[in-house]
Formats: sequence, structure tokens, C-alpha cells
Amino acid sequence: MHKKRGFSLVIFSCVIAFFYIPLVVLIVYSFNASKSMSLTGFSFVWYHKLFFDSRDLWSACLNSLLIAAASASVATILGTLGAIGLNWYTFAFKRYIQVVTFLPLILPEIIIGVSLLIFFAGIHFKLSLLTIFIAHTTFNIPFVMLIVLSRLEEFDYSILEAARDLGAREIDTLFKVIIPLSMPGIISGFLTAVTLSLEDFVITFFVAGPGSATLPLYVYSMIRFGVSPVINALSVVIIAATIILAFSTKNIYKYIIGR
Amino acid sequence: MKRSYGATYSAPVALWITFFFVIPLLIICCYSFMAKGLYGGVVNRFALDAYTALANAAFIRVTLSTLWISSIATMVTILLALPAAYFIARSEHATVYLFLVIIPFWTNFLIRIYAWIAILGNNGFLNELLLTTGVVTAPIQFLYNQYAVIVVLVYTYLPFAILPLYATIEKFDFSLLEAARDLGATKFQSIVKVLVPNIQSGIITSVLFVFIPSFGAYAVPQLVGGRDSVMLGNIITRELTVTRNWPLAASISVVITLITTCGVLLFMRLQKSKSSHVVLDGRSL
Repeated sequence: MHKKRGFSLVIFSCVIAFFYIPLVVLIVYSFNASKSMSLTGFSFVWYHKLFFDSRDLWSACLNSLLIAAASASVATILGTLGAIGLNWYTFAFKRYIQVVTFLPLILPEIIIGVSLLIFFAGIHFKLSLLTIFIAHTTFNIPFVMLIVLSRLEEFDYSILEAARDLGAREIDTLFKVIIPLSMPGIISGFLTAVTLSLEDFVITFFVAGPGSATLPLYVYSMIRFGVSPVINALSVVIIAATIILAFSTKNIYKYIIGR
Repeated sequence: MKRSYGATYSAPVALWITFFFVIPLLIICCYSFMAKGLYGGVVNRFALDAYTALANAAFIRVTLSTLWISSIATMVTILLALPAAYFIARSEHATVYLFLVIIPFWTNFLIRIYAWIAILGNNGFLNELLLTTGVVTAPIQFLYNQYAVIVVLVYTYLPFAILPLYATIEKFDFSLLEAARDLGATKFQSIVKVLVPNIQSGIITSVLFVFIPSFGAYAVPQLVGGRDSVMLGNIITRELTVTRNWPLAASISVVITLITTCGVLLFMRLQKSKSSHVVLDGRSL
């Protein structure tokens, strides 16, 4: 039994090392005094620069957060309603919705970016934060729908019939029965959308206007035009924030479904 | 009978996706059949230039190298992900290990690419290490070639492969492996003939999750690739922003869209027909 897992243990250890060595390198060098990769001494200079001398970076960060919150919210509302419609009803253009909300999941991101850029240029829509918001909402909707649908599939339909038999109008059923009972799915859809939005580079790259950089775009330009160790410090802050958020969302999630 | 509210619920999402996904896709389809404008954009005239340009040798070379790079990256990823997912699924601390896999996956995409530049760069960690230990006297150029692109693609998409594989392996009945061994199969035979066919849906999902984004990669070859690793994504971007040949960018996008959609449909059909096959296989064993 243990002998059998020897090989997979070795591979798993290699995979974990492969995952974490780059992150550890970033953490170590973020405290390095020198600008080069030779270790010269311990210093907080890059963190100081990151927090007190990187105004553009923080405004990019703010843009990212704004777009993530807005696009995830809109995608969650539209996606949840769409999923409810698809799950319980049959109507004329149902098949169409199923196909066109599945396609963005399988197409490479660059296709969505290119087609939206050409679309916005075609209708003379100026590229700005608004176009980024539209693009992010578009790619977030299919993910939210997928997640909410999988939750709705476990839903006991007789509860809905009971609500209706007792005289609930459709709107009451929606707000008092369907939404509260599918809350875990809706929340994980929302969180996935936030993550995808914060993470996206390729689509944003195409639809961002001048002066509307998000954090990934800013990091991209930092990498292309002269690497500064400030990125190391920023990376460490992002890694730390990721870990803290991962732990706390796990707790928030538990709190909400444990109600 | 109650009135059906299905269309009411789904109308907003249908409108949004139609406007911002379907219509843009149709527009690039149209653009790909038009003549190019002088300063970007298109001229309102039917032309097949954008498609005849695809038959050119340089473009075919890029397509082949894109296929090559993304196939190798997918293969390496799956070969690493399978044993790793198997290990997680059989361990008692699966949640902890899954968490370890998910953390790097949540760390920003650009930061993950940057980390590899910091390691493999000419003044990077690895060269610094080799120079100070005296293994080499001049820095080696690790970056800006196919290998660097493959390493970073594997690094980026490995978690995407591990998670679906874990989900299917976790449901697998491991006593089947013991049965196969008892009936005289070697360890290797039991893995290949019993485990792999049973987790096929997970393998297919992982392949798609890794292959599709690698095939359409833009940022990775742009930042760590070199002349031997120009991919279709870079060509599209160049045509769109530098050369300003929009019909060509559109025709390449249309081709990628068609290839991906057909590929996915084929895979899904394969999965359906195979899954009935697997049951029979299991019985005959």
C-alpha cells in the first residue's frame, strides 16, 4: 500500500516544489537591499517604495478592485436569473442561451478580447474602464451560470410547488425561496467571478483605454519596461493577501451556509 | 398551469451575451471577409485576402509551432498532474494538499510569469547561483525560447489539470485496482487498464483546460518566448496593434474559434461513446 504510493509521492513533492520555489524566490528577493539578484543584505526599501512611492500602481489596484466588484455583481445577478430560467423552464430561445453561454468557456480568451476590441472600435465606443467592465462581466457570466446551475440541480422542485400552492407570487418565490436556498452557489459564483476578474490580463489588454490600467496591465508594463524589485515586494503582498483571503473566505462561506 | 417565467428570467443574460459576445463574434467573421483599411479598420468590400494570407509558409510555421508548444505543455502537465492528483486523492490530508495546489493558482497570473523571469533571467536567481558556485563563468540564456514558454505554461495551468483529475480519481473505487492485482495484473497494467479508462472524463477535462488556453496564449510567449516560440496569439496582436491588418487578425481568430469548437465537440462525443465502452470493459475484466 505504502510502496505503491512511492512514485506518486515523489511526483507530488516535485509538483509542490515546482509551485513554491518561484514564490519563495520572490519573497527572499523582496527583502534584498540591492537592485540586482545578488543577495547583499536585508532591507525594507522595496516595500517602502511600494507603499509610499507608487501612486500609479495603487490607482491601477483600485481600478482592478472596482471592476472586479462591479463586474462580479452584475454577472452574478444576470447569471443567477439566467440559470433559474434555464433550470426550470422551457421557452423559445433556451437552446440558444445554452450554446452561447457555453461557448465563452471553451474559447481561448484572446478571441473574446479581439472580438470585443473590434466591436467597440466598430461602434466608436471609447475604450475606458467601462469597456473593461463590460468585457469582464461578459466572461464572468458563463462561470456564474455554470456554478449556480449545478447548485439548482440539487434543488427540490416540490418546495417551489409548495410555495406556489400556498399562494406565493413568482416574485415571492424568487426572493423568499429560490435565492435563499441557492445562496451557497450564488456566493461561490460571485467569488469565482471576483477572482477571474482580478486575474484577467489578456482580455483586459485588448479593451483597456489609455489611463485605465488594471493591476495585471500595470505589472505587465513594469515587466516589459525595466524590471524593478518593487514587483517582488508587490508579489509578496499579493501572495499574502491571497492566502489571508483564501482562509477568510473559507470562514465567511462556512458562516453563511451554517446559518 | 402557471404562466412560464423562463423567458423573463433568462432574457437579461440572453441580451447581454448576444450584444457583447455573439455580435462581436459575427463582426469579426464579417471583417475577415473584407479588405483592410489603410490605417486599421476595414474597407467595405468583399475580399478573401485575409484567408489567402493564411496559406503562406510563415503563417503555417507559426500555427505548427503553436500546436507543438501547446501539445508538449499539455502532455507534460497531464503527466505531472495524474500522479499528483492520485496522491492527493489517496491521502488522508486531501484538503490541506488541495489548498497547497490552489494557492499558487490564486496568485496573480502576471506575478507567476514574473517569478519565472526572476529565476531564469540573465541576471536571475539561477544564473546568479551558477555564477557564484563557479559552475559557469558567463550567464546562460534560459529565457526567450520554446523551453521557457513550455515551463511557464505548465506552471500556469498545472492546477487547472490537477483539480478535475482529483475530482474524478476521488470517486474511483480503489478496490478495483486490488482486484486487478489479485487477478494477476502488474501494477502498471492495473493503472493503465483499470484506473485510466475509469477516470477518462477527468483526463479529457484536464486536457481541454490546459490545451485551449495554451493554444491561445499571448502573455507567456510575449514575455518569456523568443523567435522560435512566436504563437498565434502574438500574430493576432501584432496584426491588430502594429501592422493594423484587421481582416487578418479577424481571420486568424475565426480559424482558432472553429478549430477549438470542433475540437471540443469531438472530445465530448468521444467521451460519451467511450463512457459506455468503459462499463463493458470493466465487466469483461
